[in-house]
Amino acid sequence: MERQTVKIGVGQAEVPDARGYFGEFGGRFVPETLVPALDELTAAYFEAQADPAFQAELAHLQATYSGRPTPISYAARLSDYLGGARIYLKREDLAHTGAHKINNALGQALLARRMGKRRIVAETGAGQHGVASATVCALLGLECHVYMGSVDMARQRPNVFRMKLLGADVIPVDSGSRTLKDAITEAIRDWVTNVETTHYLLGSALGPHPYPLMVRDFQSVIGVEARAQMLEQAGRLPDVCIACVGGGSNAIGLFHAFRDDEDVELIGVEAGGRGVASGQHAARFADPSLGRPGVLHGTRSFVLQDADGQIRETHSISAGLDYASVGPEHAYLRQLERAHYTVATDDEALAAFELLCHLEGIIPALESAHAIAEAVKLAPKLPPDAIVLVNLSGRGDKDLDTVLGALERRP
Amino acid sequence: MSGARETTGPDALAAMFARARRESRAAFLPYFPIGYPTVADSLDAIEALARAGVDGFEIGMPFSDPLADGPTIQAATQIALENGVTVGRCLDAVGELRARGVTQPMLLMGYLNPLLAYGLERFARDARAAGAAGVIVPDLPPEEAGPLAEACAREGLAQIVFLAPTSSPERIALVAQRAQGFIYLVSVTGVTGARDSLPLDLQAFITRVRAATSTPLVLGFGISRPEQVQQVSAWVDGFIVGSALVRAAAAGVEAVRDLALTLRHALDEA
Repeated sequence: MERQTVKIGVGQAEVPDARGYFGEFGGRFVPETLVPALDELTAAYFEAQADPAFQAELAHLQATYSGRPTPISYAARLSDYLGGARIYLKREDLAHTGAHKINNALGQALLARRMGKRRIVAETGAGQHGVASATVCALLGLECHVYMGSVDMARQRPNVFRMKLLGADVIPVDSGSRTLKDAITEAIRDWVTNVETTHYLLGSALGPHPYPLMVRDFQSVIGVEARAQMLEQAGRLPDVCIACVGGGSNAIGLFHAFRDDEDVELIGVEAGGRGVASGQHAARFADPSLGRPGVLHGTRSFVLQDADGQIRETHSISAGLDYASVGPEHAYLRQLERAHYTVATDDEALAAFELLCHLEGIIPALESAHAIAEAVKLAPKLPPDAIVLVNLSGRGDKDLDTVLGALERRP
Repeated sequence: MSGARETTGPDALAAMFARARRESRAAFLPYFPIGYPTVADSLDAIEALARAGVDGFEIGMPFSDPLADGPTIQAATQIALENGVTVGRCLDAVGELRARGVTQPMLLMGYLNPLLAYGLERFARDARAAGAAGVIVPDLPPEEAGPLAEACAREGLAQIVFLAPTSSPERIALVAQRAQGFIYLVSVTGVTGARDSLPLDLQAFITRVRAATSTPLVLGFGISRPEQVQQVSAWVDGFIVGSALVRAAAAGVEAVRDLALTLRHALDEA
């Protein structure tokens, strides 16, 4: 079978390799029961990728259902306010369901249908992937079960209601920290039990091979569009691309198209929570006392863990970034120094959220506000002819309760 | 030096299966986690199981995200973590159990990440020094097992591999080739936990594996009742009971011992 692989930077090996490794990261650390299912999924995915009919149906639905291509917007007032680089926004918030998550959900649901699997399980943190999964299952007539931590259900209520309206069964998860990590664990347990009939529609570029590859490919439409749009609207490529990184699917989707453009700096922004020094964060790369290479949910990557290898509970104001590990390709890009990773705290994300509302008339998702926060820090240091492209991965309607509560508590 | 340290893990397991075979029965390998309900209680429970005549042990080491385990073992190992149990504490427990006269082979069962944090080579060395016979890591398929397998081979520890009802003939051949000690057969597609009945196609799955290998087969997941033990005793070389014993432990060490005795007697009557 012909493998779809890509080059990262000049002289770098193609990733992932046949075993799903991005350098020393990735792989497939799962119970034996799932190995045949992952083999089947890998084979079906490469077949679909090579099938023009599959690609045509995906492209058709992206155009007529998801609303692609999403535009890029020049953030004129934000750029003037910050007084440095020109800031452009890739508007994934304008995709159907309000976030980039639909790109991957649509691709995987078409694949599941092609594999004859009519039952879908998914995990969700912020609810955006759960909503996207429920949406595509309604569209394609598939049965949908979404696992969601009970803490996340409380802070993302509108999305819980949306999923139910779309016909999905939302299953609360009360184990562990009752957030995204625990929802993934529970979804994997369901998949192990019902593997013959069920596809696990994993929502980020993590988990066992082929998920990090497959999710990256389905999300890479973001960067492919944005790169062409920058050339068309600004006449050149951006100097910097910025995206928030939870599992890292919107970031890898943006970065992938720019991987060989060596003059384009790639910056991922992790959730700094209450500050890296507080230990209450989801900054896998920024806190060497807690973030080390390890194995969680089937993949080897950076993992927040204690000295005994137990997974740490994380904190972020943003449910979608509140996860103890990160997609293996990000660990690889960081090791190669092709991408750099910074943090934005809860407070910095909130300030960026308000700024974008006031200056651009856009209510961003709290996840995306972390990427905006990095642009707020960086743009004033750059000359006026510099260009910064920020992936606005989702819209913030789901976060209004959280933001209102945080603003009321603010001194 | 005790005898347990001089023989290798695979040798100790082979002797265990030979003894059970002479008695025309399968070997009974209970699972019990260190640290549930307390460290002291778990050591007492394992000692009581040893005296009840079980053949070997799967000694559970806790992990925060045990994705192959059902609710009973999840809850018990969460309590073990709250009781401060680490990989190091589990290794000490094996040594303590040896000192208390437990002679049966003990296999350490735990997820990969705590072992990586401890260091795979150090873990294998300390496991052997403590008197363990082998290691069972449910989230480590053979393709990823290289470093642990090498460390175990150096120390004479068996690294146990799994097969599941979903395994293809090619997969069965591949896994059987790497097996040491025994092959752990997962009885159901699912997580650990007591079940009312075993799957109807279980015997066909066991027959498929049996045709491909002469390595002893040990069945786990879902076994809790005397009639299930009698049913599988003729099909496999050994079986594991976990969740049912863990559930019994909530009522005290006596309840663990009584369930083990009931299952052990059922085995003799099979």
